[in-house]
Amino acid sequence: MKIITRSAVSGVASALVLGTALSLTPKDASAAWEPKKPVDFVIMAGKGGGADKMARLMQSVIEKHNLSSKPFVPINKPGGSGAEALIHLKGTSGANKDHTVMVTLNSFYTTPMRQPGLGVDISTFAPIGRMAEDTFLLWVHKDSGINSVTDFVSAAKAKGNNWIMAGTGKGQEDQLLTDFLNRAYGLNMKYVPFKGGGRVAKELAGKHADSTVNNPSEQLGFYEAGTTRPLAAFTPNRLELFGDAPTFKELGEDFVYFMQRSVVGAPGMSGEAEAYYRRVFAQVYASDEWQDYMKKKSLYGGFLTGQRLKDYWLRERDIHQKMLKEIGEI
Amino acid sequence: MEIINLLADGFLIVFQPLYLAIIIGGVTLGLFIGAMPGLGSVNGVAILLPMTFLMEEQAPGSAIIFLAAIYYGAMYGGAISSIMLGIPGASTAVATTFDGRPLALKGLADQALVAAATASFIGGTISVLLFTGFAPPLAKVALSFGAPEEFALMMLAFATFIGLGGDDISKTFFSIFIGLVLSAVGLDIISGQPRLIFFDIPGFFHGVNFLVLAIGIYGIGEMLWTIESSRGDVQLSKATVSVRRIIDNIVRMKETTKAMVMGSFLGYFVGILPAAGATPGSLMAYGVAKTMSKDPDSFGKGNLIGVAAPEAANNAASTGSMLPMLTLGIPGSPTTAILLGGMVIWGLEPGPRLFIEEKEFVWGLIASLYAANLFALLVNIAFIPALIWVLRTPFTILAPSIFVLCVIGGYAPTQDMHDVWLMLLFGVVAYLLRKLDYPMAPAVLAIVLGPLAEASLRQSLIINHGSPMIFFERPISGPLIGIAILLFFMPLFKALKSRLTSSRAAQERS
Repeated sequence: MKIITRSAVSGVASALVLGTALSLTPKDASAAWEPKKPVDFVIMAGKGGGADKMARLMQSVIEKHNLSSKPFVPINKPGGSGAEALIHLKGTSGANKDHTVMVTLNSFYTTPMRQPGLGVDISTFAPIGRMAEDTFLLWVHKDSGINSVTDFVSAAKAKGNNWIMAGTGKGQEDQLLTDFLNRAYGLNMKYVPFKGGGRVAKELAGKHADSTVNNPSEQLGFYEAGTTRPLAAFTPNRLELFGDAPTFKELGEDFVYFMQRSVVGAPGMSGEAEAYYRRVFAQVYASDEWQDYMKKKSLYGGFLTGQRLKDYWLRERDIHQKMLKEIGEI
Repeated sequence: MEIINLLADGFLIVFQPLYLAIIIGGVTLGLFIGAMPGLGSVNGVAILLPMTFLMEEQAPGSAIIFLAAIYYGAMYGGAISSIMLGIPGASTAVATTFDGRPLALKGLADQALVAAATASFIGGTISVLLFTGFAPPLAKVALSFGAPEEFALMMLAFATFIGLGGDDISKTFFSIFIGLVLSAVGLDIISGQPRLIFFDIPGFFHGVNFLVLAIGIYGIGEMLWTIESSRGDVQLSKATVSVRRIIDNIVRMKETTKAMVMGSFLGYFVGILPAAGATPGSLMAYGVAKTMSKDPDSFGKGNLIGVAAPEAANNAASTGSMLPMLTLGIPGSPTTAILLGGMVIWGLEPGPRLFIEEKEFVWGLIASLYAANLFALLVNIAFIPALIWVLRTPFTILAPSIFVLCVIGGYAPTQDMHDVWLMLLFGVVAYLLRKLDYPMAPAVLAIVLGPLAEASLRQSLIINHGSPMIFFERPISGPLIGIAILLFFMPLFKALKSRLTSSRAAQERS
């Protein structure tokens, strides 16, 4: 009992600290709105994946600092590359519109394009917050003896269609990056889809694949154990964690690619509710836990919300449309 | 003996009163979560994860111990509703239903419950010992399993279900195909496109949840069957219980030693493979136990071994699936996937270096698994009298309660009414098929293993330019697939043999 009380006190205390921090910023008129029932916290991906882990971290931060008067209840809806989640949000009605938010990733752009039958228009979703942008690197096994992109290109050229690039689902981020590498360096790597980035990382560590384009969080364990090696990053600048790996930009290829980690609200969410969730997630973003996580996982990106987030989506959507057209997925 | 020193240090942490209380609380909570249909260890761990934040601040390392205790408790608890109500309490306990339920209907529920608890304890203990002694080399085994090896293993699992005497082979195949078709609904993982979305109903996007089928068959279908066969008899189970009986039951477990040991090793091994988890492990253990048995016909009708083997396996697998999580950072089951997320939040980096850098954490966790096992056994046995009392409830009260639990169980995993309707439909269909003597266990096996088998088959074929030779050429998958093929043809050999002997007998007579 003692434990609970003491932690409750510290919880309240930290909420107070955050509360005072927040009151320094001008409050908008809609500050009065509060959720009237538990909030559906939809996760557009399966349990245990990158998006899921982040969603559960956000939920924990909300709970720990008492950021919401009603609990956030996570539900995973990974079906149809997120189609199920998008339809669920689109189909909310009445009070549910103000009580449904979703953690989303780049399938937010690609799934509606690849499945036009869904009739989902992402510009109708409420822009609550972009929490981070995940980065990508090109990875090989240490035993391959490959130390640079030049080595990689000659090895992959020699193996031709027998060079195996493991990645997540077809038409998703990993395949877009594989396609970029194939075109930029005249390669013919074979793309083999697996379920989830963790599984992809394991395929490389077990030498069942020749290369991958994992996020840092997925390869970190193997990298630290000295099993795998990053060759280059798909980022504008070198990543602190992998200082030896150049960017593709440095190597003369103007290619940068990120995975968004954002929170969106159901289409038709009221302005007051949207403002409420923006405040909640701005506080999550500012929390020590989130900042620490971003640093540890080599995540990019500042907090974006409102019109700026919407503009960002539309820009990213156009880029993805172009890429999907190039690989013949749409 | 560095390991023994490290383990002793671990025990010193675990034997502090606060940690002991956390373990006992965790296994008891897990027991109830596991016993509730539709709520498995995944849900329990996911729901309680945010709570562990406060815990971790007070007592470092206690959060994962708490969650692991819940995981363990749920593995024990899953068997309870499988045996008592015929509804698998968790996906990992489906195989326990096959023989646990018939035993309960014969008035031997206490025997089945004791068997489940004892086997869980044996499975848990053997696997923790394996974990203690051989974690790093076993992690290497897990890494060496690629797509072709995984497919060969899946084929072996299917083969154990087909290659058994007794059941009508064509009906077994039919049942497997139903399961395979249902497992194909939803997302095609290779192309990333939705498929088999019947009537454009959005609920099919997430596929047919395995529990929806299992609860339909074993909950609703079984209930309809009981209503028909009981003919108005309201007192179904004449189970009694006494301390004497419980002790006798524990002594009787000697008969199942071989099955429990087999289940423990098999479950542990399947558990350490990424993506497999405890459900395939327990189903495979059931199949192997039936194949090994001298009396395979008694399976499905209340054979104690049919309870012991899968229960030993699912506990062993739950320990096993922690191995790739801790050493490789890859979860072996959905529950460990969430535990993995938790570790990251608490500031622990799972991966090959965890064993070196976080010795105290790792060995504290391992020591807590020994303790969790022991307490789960004691708590479970202590509850048996109360459970038997519940079972003596008249069927007129029990049936509506089972129905409500089924609906909750169908709804809870996805929170979608679509799954409840689907579950009711499966229940009615399963009841009709049962009247026609179709075995339903193979359909359950197929819906669990179908997606794994499909993905690994297609990945292997892509890697090898469409040639199936890849399965025969590799050192691990080759022998596995060879055994699978032999098992597939076993019914044919058996049929030939029996025809030969009968024709010879006919000749002798003439």
